[in-house]
This record gives sequence, C-alpha cells and structure tokens, in this order.
Amino acid sequence: MSLEASIVLAGVGGQGTLIAGKLLGILAMNMGLDVKVSEVHGMSQRGGSVITYVKIAPEVHSPIIEEGTADFILSFEQVEAVRWASLLKKGGVMIVNDQKIKSLPVLMGQMEYPGNVIDALKESCDPDAKIVDIDALSLALETGTSKAVNIVMLGALSNYLGVDEALWKQAIEQAFEKKPKTIPGNLQAFEKGRNNG
Amino acid sequence: MKEIMLGNEAVARGAYEAGVKFVSSYPGTPSTEITETIAGYKEVSCEWAPNEKVGAEAAIGCSIRGGRAMTCMKHVGMNVCADPLFTVSYSGVNGGLVFCVADDPGMHSSQNEQDSRHYARSSKVPMFEPSDSEECRAFTKYAFEFSEKYDTPVIIRLHTRVSHSRSIVDVTDPSQIVIKDYVKDPKKYVMMPANAITKHVVVEKRTAQIIEDCDRDLSTGLHKVEYNDRKLGIITAGASYQYVKDAVPSASVFKLGMVWPLPEKQIREFAANVERLVIVEELDPFLETEIKAMGIECEGKELFTLLGEYSARLVKSVLSEEPLPEASIDTSKLPTPPGRPPVLCAGCPHKGLFLALHRLKVNVTGDIGCYTLGALPPMQAVDAVICMGASVGMAHGFDKATDGEASRNTVGVIGDSTFLHSGITNLMNAVYNQSAMTLVILDNSITGMTGHQQNPSTGKNIRLEAAPAVSLELLCQSVGVLPENIRVVDPVETYECEKIIKEELSKDQVSVVIARRPCALIPTGRAVKGINAEVDYEKCKKCGACARIMCPALILDENKMPVIDTESCNNCGLCVNVCKFGALTKGEQ
Repeated sequence: MSLEASIVLAGVGGQGTLIAGKLLGILAMNMGLDVKVSEVHGMSQRGGSVITYVKIAPEVHSPIIEEGTADFILSFEQVEAVRWASLLKKGGVMIVNDQKIKSLPVLMGQMEYPGNVIDALKESCDPDAKIVDIDALSLALETGTSKAVNIVMLGALSNYLGVDEALWKQAIEQAFEKKPKTIPGNLQAFEKGRNNG
Repeated sequence: MKEIMLGNEAVARGAYEAGVKFVSSYPGTPSTEITETIAGYKEVSCEWAPNEKVGAEAAIGCSIRGGRAMTCMKHVGMNVCADPLFTVSYSGVNGGLVFCVADDPGMHSSQNEQDSRHYARSSKVPMFEPSDSEECRAFTKYAFEFSEKYDTPVIIRLHTRVSHSRSIVDVTDPSQIVIKDYVKDPKKYVMMPANAITKHVVVEKRTAQIIEDCDRDLSTGLHKVEYNDRKLGIITAGASYQYVKDAVPSASVFKLGMVWPLPEKQIREFAANVERLVIVEELDPFLETEIKAMGIECEGKELFTLLGEYSARLVKSVLSEEPLPEASIDTSKLPTPPGRPPVLCAGCPHKGLFLALHRLKVNVTGDIGCYTLGALPPMQAVDAVICMGASVGMAHGFDKATDGEASRNTVGVIGDSTFLHSGITNLMNAVYNQSAMTLVILDNSITGMTGHQQNPSTGKNIRLEAAPAVSLELLCQSVGVLPENIRVVDPVETYECEKIIKEELSKDQVSVVIARRPCALIPTGRAVKGINAEVDYEKCKKCGACARIMCPALILDENKMPVIDTESCNNCGLCVNVCKFGALTKGEQ
C-alpha cells in the first residue's frame, strides 16, 4: 500500500503530540514506507507551543513541513490551529480539537484568547480545503483519561488517510507495548475519534 | 532489523554496534539523548561528567588504555573541551575515540549559533556529518574504525534537525567490546614540546593521507555523488542535503559525509562536470571558503543567509524557478494567537527566590539553565547571561569594576549542576582575590532544563544507582568561603530569602546563599497528588498579590479571586506566603 502524507501535529507541552508522532512513524514503517518525524525538544515541558512534523512517502528527504505543504494538520488546541494554519496546503484537511488551553499572558489578562476560532478558520479557508472540529477532550475522558486526546485525534485522522484499521491497531499496540495496560483504553480512544472525526 | 530512531538514539546505537566501552558526557540540548540511550546498553560504562572537558578527558584516558570511547556535547560544550581536543589530535588514539557535537542552527535552545565545523579545521580532526538517523548509526560505527585506522580522534557533527528527527535505521548486532593492549609510549602520549614537534609532522601527514585515500576511493561510504541535470551542481552536507533534494530534485549533488578534510580531487572533478556550482550550507561559509581556496569558482553566501535554519522552501526560492507552495488558509483573516512563552513551572519553588531578588532591586548576573527564565516577567530579575559558570565570574567582575562597591547590590545566581560544571573555579577565584560578592546557588537537586539528568550533588548516577553526593556547603567552605557566610534557605520562603540576601550583601567577604528545594517535576519535589493550596474566599481581599507570582497553577476568576488548578498545583506554598490576609493555605495530608 502506498501513501504520501505530510502531517503536522500541533499542541501544547504535555498533550502527547510526541507520542502521536512516534505512532505515525511506526505505522508508516510497518507499511514498508519511508518516514521522518521531527520534534522540537527543550521548552516543551514548560507549557510551550509544541509542533511535530511527520512525513510519510516512498522516500522522504527534509523532515520539516513548510508553508502550504501540509496534507493534514492535527491541532490539539484551538489557538495552536491558528498559529500553524499557514502550513495547510491547497486541498488539505485540518482537524481541530476544540479544547482551549489559556497561556500565561491570557491568564494574566495581558492578551485576549480569541473567540470563534473554528468559525474564523472555516471562513478564511479555501473551498477545497476542509476544517473538521472535534471535542477530543470529552471523547478521551469517556475512555477514562484526558491523556488519550492524542489517540482520539489519530482516530479522526484515520478517516482521511485510507490506511487499514488493522494496521492502525497494530501500530497502537506497538507504540504502547511498554505500557500494556493502556492498550485497551487507547484502542477505544482511537475508535471514538474514528467515529466522530 | 529496521527500527525507527531519533538521530541521537542512532548515534548511540552506532557506538554500541562498534563495541564502545565508555561514554562520558555533560547533558546539553540537542545532544542529551545520545548518552541517555547509551545508559540503556548495560555492557557499556556510561556516566554524566560535571562538564564537557572532564567528559572528554575521561574518554581520552579510556582510548589510550585501549577501549573505544566517546564523549557527546552541544556546540557550546565543544568550547569547554577544546583544550583536550586540540592535543589529543596530536597524540592520536589507541582505542577508537569519537567526539560527538550537536549544533543548534536557529537556536531552538541555545545562547548562540556557533558553527562547530571550525573546530575540525583548527584542531585538524576529521569531522563526519550525517544527514539522517541511518547515517547517524552508520557514520558513528565507522568513525571508531576510522579513528583507529588513521590514529586520530573523529568528530561527529549533528544538528537539531538530525538529532531530533526520527527516521528508519537498519540495526545490526553489536561487536564484542575489545580492550586493546596498553604499551607505554611516551613519544606518542606525552605531549611536551620535543614529542609534540614530531607529532605535528605526523598530524599533517595524516591529513594528507586521508585526503589522498578519499580522493582515490569514494567507497568509504561517506561521500556520495549524484549526477543529474548538469546545469546546476550543488555541494552540500547534513540536513542541508535533505533540503536540496526536496527543493531542486533535478540538480546534480555532491553530498559530503566528511566535511573536513575535503576530497579535493573529487570536488574538482564534480566542479568541472557541472555548469554552475553552488554550495548550500547552514551558518558559516565553511565549505565555500575551503573550495574557493582550491581555486574553484562557486557561489554560496552571496545567495544564502548566514543566519538560522534553512528549509526546502528557502533553497527553492533561491535555486528554482518553480512557484512556492501557497497556503489554503488566508491567515490575514485570522485572529492573532496569544503567545506561549516558556515559564518557570507550576510549583517551581525557585520562583520565590527570584521574587525576593525582584523586590530587592539588585543587579543579578545569571547563568544557563531554567534560571535564565528569571529574566522574564514578572521577576525580570536577571541582568546578564553569557555561558555556563559566568554568573559567578561576572559578579566578581562587578565587584572589581567598582572597588567592591557593586557587591552591595549585586547577586550572582546559578543552579547546582551549572555551579559544579564551572562555577566552582570562579568561586575559588572570588575568594582568593578577595571579592565581597554574594552568590545564590539555586539547588533543585537535578539538571533541570535538559530534562532531569543527575549530577555529582544529587546522590545518583546516570543509571539512577546510589552514588556519593558532593555537599555544596562543604565545597564552598573548602575554597575559603567563611562558614558564617554560607546560608541555606528554602526558596519558597520568599521573605526569609530577601532578609538573608540583604544580610549577606552587607558583608565584606564572599557569601554563598544556597536556596534548596528539589525541582517540582522530580519525585522528591512533587507533592502528594490531590493535595493542593486552598482558598478561603471569605478572607480574600482581591489584592492580586497571589497572581503576581505568575504561577501557572493559580489564575484569577472574574471577581479577581484566585482559583487553584488542582492538576498542576504542587502545594509548594509560595502563593500562601505572599498572601497578607491568610486567604490561601497549604493543603494538608
């Protein structure tokens, strides 16, 4: 099965974008494809904005996804969707978790958290591109933990990627093989994302 | 077997496969995961050293005694171990010896953007530059063999995009760890003038031999020439190669796997075979300068910037006629996203110390690590940060600039790991040369910013086994700080901190204030889950003092009263201490 996809995972430190990126790497490798997953470390633990790039193709060169080249953007938080919106390519799909995480300047009243982010995205987007919103936090909490937001988001992505569900499940099992107790919950989170994304 | 690995993990894997015996490093983003991954290979001796010079010297010792050894660092760490590097280049090795350095173009987490390739040329040590994880593995493995073949250390140069990108690696079985015989050989290993004079001749011959061998045969696996359309030829290396392949796939490319010394004959041949020759390299015109010095015409920095990280888009904008991709979202119609500046964590006890410095309105010479964040609002309590250990030296310099006057209102601030890295020699100097400076050591019992590595004061080694712990108090006493001038405080007690620092500032000798409390993110610093600060809304006068500490776990509601985020509150009590009305209390077990 062949696949070419540039996927941006944008979120806030602690939301599990790194693990989601790793999981996509495993998925691509199992499919016999080339893959690069690029992370930025360092400030991520301190409430910073974090971004992971995943590029899947028969041969991948640069690990970075640039302006207008992302097939998919998975934004784990509303404002992060705005921050990385320029990466979405013509005809691309952006999946936005409607969770809001206020940063310190917002909490201190120095800056305003923008309202109606998802409407604004939909209005400023080309007709051939698509903005999908999902309440990934509630879906994750239904599986028992807010930590599963990342896998809910991947479930939503799976509706657009055209990869067999069995391959996804295999990748989830491999990604969490060191924490086997979390596998059933993550499989459930994946299903919830797939049914709601 | 195929595995997906970070570039850093793949460097560790390559060293493991080569039978490395010993790895000694100081952590530094983006290099830290190399040594952490090595720690998972139980056969390999592995350690955190207090600084890069110590790590390098320990590795050199292992090499001379016959074991393969490696030391890893971030770019600025190479400055710290430059001294041994330049001379082990002369002595050469016994067991293979590898220095691994990770540059940070774009300064994702560094204080400068230095180009470490200059070290290869100036120390005359060959430098390999991988461009993805598989090359990280293969080049590192080969570096040990190369080191022994040519009797030279080898530098592996990484950068952030290679270190912190995952890609597929073809792992092979590890070789047996071999310890070669050690034969006394002072002419080789004792680098005094008489011996070093003869060794310098050997070094120059060695470089010539490497160039000759590479020129004769590209099959060393390092260099790669890809002929395509000959109108445009590009010479490149590392991550830049990946950008070139995406941006101008039709071009002919000479990908260098070793960036010093260069295979002159092969480069000449490539240059002759293409109509236009362009050098694509991040940061300095290193390859360009070398190639121009060969008398070869080429373009480089007149087209490309000296600053920051490159990208396929950048290379394309310069070298391709094709239009650049456009976004499908018109971002001019979107609201401005509020920023997420890095902050001292929820429950970071050391915020209390910075608040004390802020109130005291003193000048603060700062240092590298989490505490650099003390320069940001609301504390704004750091005036200068240069490099590891410099807080102590700069505070001494303030003293000397004013014949002691500045020591009444100047404080140096440094973390425990940074103090042991290179603050201690500065403190010795300040005592010896009779400063009146005051130093605050923020002891959070870990190396924080790089992701929680142990250090000689934490009582644990890299594998988290028990280890002897340095006492900071006794260490300071041993360099001559008077026992009565060494004070230990709890940084959460912000007003107590203020009082004690004030007392120490008034003294005529060196003082050290140790603000001690573990990092809120490590087990010893974490509160019991579910026990948080509590608010008594009856007592709250809406003064906002608690919000001004800018703890991410405390926000004000619409009535300007505090709300505690029970997920992230660490029950440290700092907000409790700044509330004058007793409206906040610590949670009790």
